[in-house]
Amino acid sequence: MPKKEKSLSSVFMNGIIAENPTLRLVLGTCPTLATTTSAINAVGMGAAATFVLVGSNVVISLLRNIIPDKVRIPAFIAVICTFVTMVQMFMQAFVPSLYESLGMFIPLIVVNCIILARAEAFASKNGVAASAADGLGMGCGFTLAITVIAIIREILGNGTVFGLNVFGAGYEPMLLMILAPGGFLVFGGVLAVTNLITARAEAKKKDEKGVIHA
Amino acid sequence: MKLYLSTAPHIRSGANTQVLMRDVLIALLPTTVAGIYYFGLSAAMVIAISIFSCVLFEYLWQRITKQPVRISDLSAAVTGLILGLNLPSTAPWWMPVIGALFAIVITKQLFGGIGDNFLNPALLARAVLLASWPARMTGATAYAVPTCWSGADAVTSATPLAGYEASTMDLFLGNIPGSIGEVCKVAILIGLVYLLVRKVISWRIPVTFLAVFALLSALVGQNALNELLMGGVLFGAVFMATDYTTSPMNPRGQFIYAALCGVLVCVIRNFGAYPEGVTYAILIGNIVTPLIDKYDKPRLYGRLKKEKKEVTANA
Amino acid sequence: MNEIGKILLFMVSCVLTNNYIFSRFLGCCPFLGVSNKVETAAGMGVAVTFVMAIASLFTKLLYDLVLVPLSLEYLNTISFIIVIASLVQLVEMFIKKTSPSLYRALGIYLPLITTNCAVLGVTILNINSGYNLFYSILNGTFGALGFLLAIVLMAGVRERLETSKVPQCLKGFSGSLIIAGLMAVAFMGFSGLGK
Repeated sequence: MPKKEKSLSSVFMNGIIAENPTLRLVLGTCPTLATTTSAINAVGMGAAATFVLVGSNVVISLLRNIIPDKVRIPAFIAVICTFVTMVQMFMQAFVPSLYESLGMFIPLIVVNCIILARAEAFASKNGVAASAADGLGMGCGFTLAITVIAIIREILGNGTVFGLNVFGAGYEPMLLMILAPGGFLVFGGVLAVTNLITARAEAKKKDEKGVIHA
Repeated sequence: MKLYLSTAPHIRSGANTQVLMRDVLIALLPTTVAGIYYFGLSAAMVIAISIFSCVLFEYLWQRITKQPVRISDLSAAVTGLILGLNLPSTAPWWMPVIGALFAIVITKQLFGGIGDNFLNPALLARAVLLASWPARMTGATAYAVPTCWSGADAVTSATPLAGYEASTMDLFLGNIPGSIGEVCKVAILIGLVYLLVRKVISWRIPVTFLAVFALLSALVGQNALNELLMGGVLFGAVFMATDYTTSPMNPRGQFIYAALCGVLVCVIRNFGAYPEGVTYAILIGNIVTPLIDKYDKPRLYGRLKKEKKEVTANA
Repeated sequence: MNEIGKILLFMVSCVLTNNYIFSRFLGCCPFLGVSNKVETAAGMGVAVTFVMAIASLFTKLLYDLVLVPLSLEYLNTISFIIVIASLVQLVEMFIKKTSPSLYRALGIYLPLITTNCAVLGVTILNINSGYNLFYSILNGTFGALGFLLAIVLMAGVRERLETSKVPQCLKGFSGSLIIAGLMAVAFMGFSGLGK
């Protein structure tokens, strides 16, 4: 069954760097754009999605030998839905203001492609511990990425980070950045920078290899 | 000379671009002079900073990306001048700089530079500034009442579109609050005549734009002449809607595009949240342009078909 | 007359002012993924329109006639997604039969309409905003037409930019996002329409 068992920490790190769901795989663009108007929203969204990811990955991994192959997608969605509804109720009860500002993007975690993609690509093929590590890694990768985007948007568009003023009274915030276009532009910019860094790193690796071969 | 009208790719060759852009600069000269006359030194400063930062960003980008530096084609200078003319004279120094960054780097160079931008750079920059700092860009706090070098302190006021009382003659001559370049209609018309005589632009886009807009304004019960003379519709129709790279190539497409712009200005002015809609109307027109061009190339389609037939015949 | 005017304004606001892509961020995955050719984009838009309109009808009925009487409102997400998944299956079969070429072109994105958040989004939005059945269907249909408009315009722009010298790091999603951002700036001009 599990062929080459990778260490849990490498599975976890994979979600944060090599296969960061937001910046490398570009999945789940909608919540990335919609909930990054402030850093606190992004962290809230990230936490909710991480909880669902870990939960659904664990359950699907447990059930992976029971679920018939033909109905696996609906079954995955049912599992994911359950966790989303749990998060929804939990947030409504304990952090109503955050729940309010994230609005319908909490129920929409159901159709966040990251979660279904991990269920299909990882949890349905791997053991419970590895799936949990994968869910946690992907969740943290997602949270980190959207928090970075949110911090940029919040600084430029509101002059604050997590609600704390950074520039002083003289700064006139660039409203556009916390409006809809700002989401697209900042996400696009961060993605472009990521591409640039990856391309540089790969070129460097190639160079080093070339030197060794020579 | 007619070749200039029909195809955007011509703009890529350096010599032609420079000649064209010089003509556009000359056509903008009366408007610039009038703006500085009405709003004084601060207007001149805004325009100067805008041109300087546009040219600088173009130079820096081309240096950083190791392309040949082509600021001498004057296209960045034209963008800078149009951007400056689109700002209120009270704009602080950093506004034209940020505007230039959006115009030159984000709208134009990121997509391949001159001839490849799908939006008018100066307009996009204006829209960005408008969304970011609405109180500094429009409304009673932004627009200065013309002082005409009288030495009086600048007072700001709403524009005629938002309730400033002005006679038709004042509207025509430009003795009204507004963006630097949009107020003086005489100067814009002189520029239009120059562009037409030099065959830099054709009459189709500005005339269709303005005619459709005036007609529609009359239909919704406005005074068509005053509507034409208020705000930036004349400036937009003459200098911004006619940009080669962002407007359709063929005559039929140009009519459709210009009519769409005219309709949108009227709709936004009368039913939207903004008092003025020229910027957005032309930007939407720019976005629709690739589709218009795609479905408005009858000859090219015919040729493709023919080639295909020949291929099958040969086979 | 007044009612008709209200309905017209509602339609306009669904298509332009509250555009699903440019102001609500719903349906961005297909918007970015299937917008490199105008024809494919239009096909995708039409398929989404169909699903969104029908899904609005069914989910609203389901909510009012089943979930509310049984006080099972908290099951809305899961029941809605089931309705949407079955509808998508239907549309897929229909397109496969009627237009194999469109079926091939839409490829993997067709089953993905299930996870298009615009579809689930519109059904939840209908409930949250308290629209009646008629307005729910209007919201679904015209919201989807807004999506169609956005994706077709996007495809037009991307086709045009295909040959331009875009820097390497802006090829793909990053460039598309910037294009979308610039288009969203232009769409801000529609704010206030239809209110």
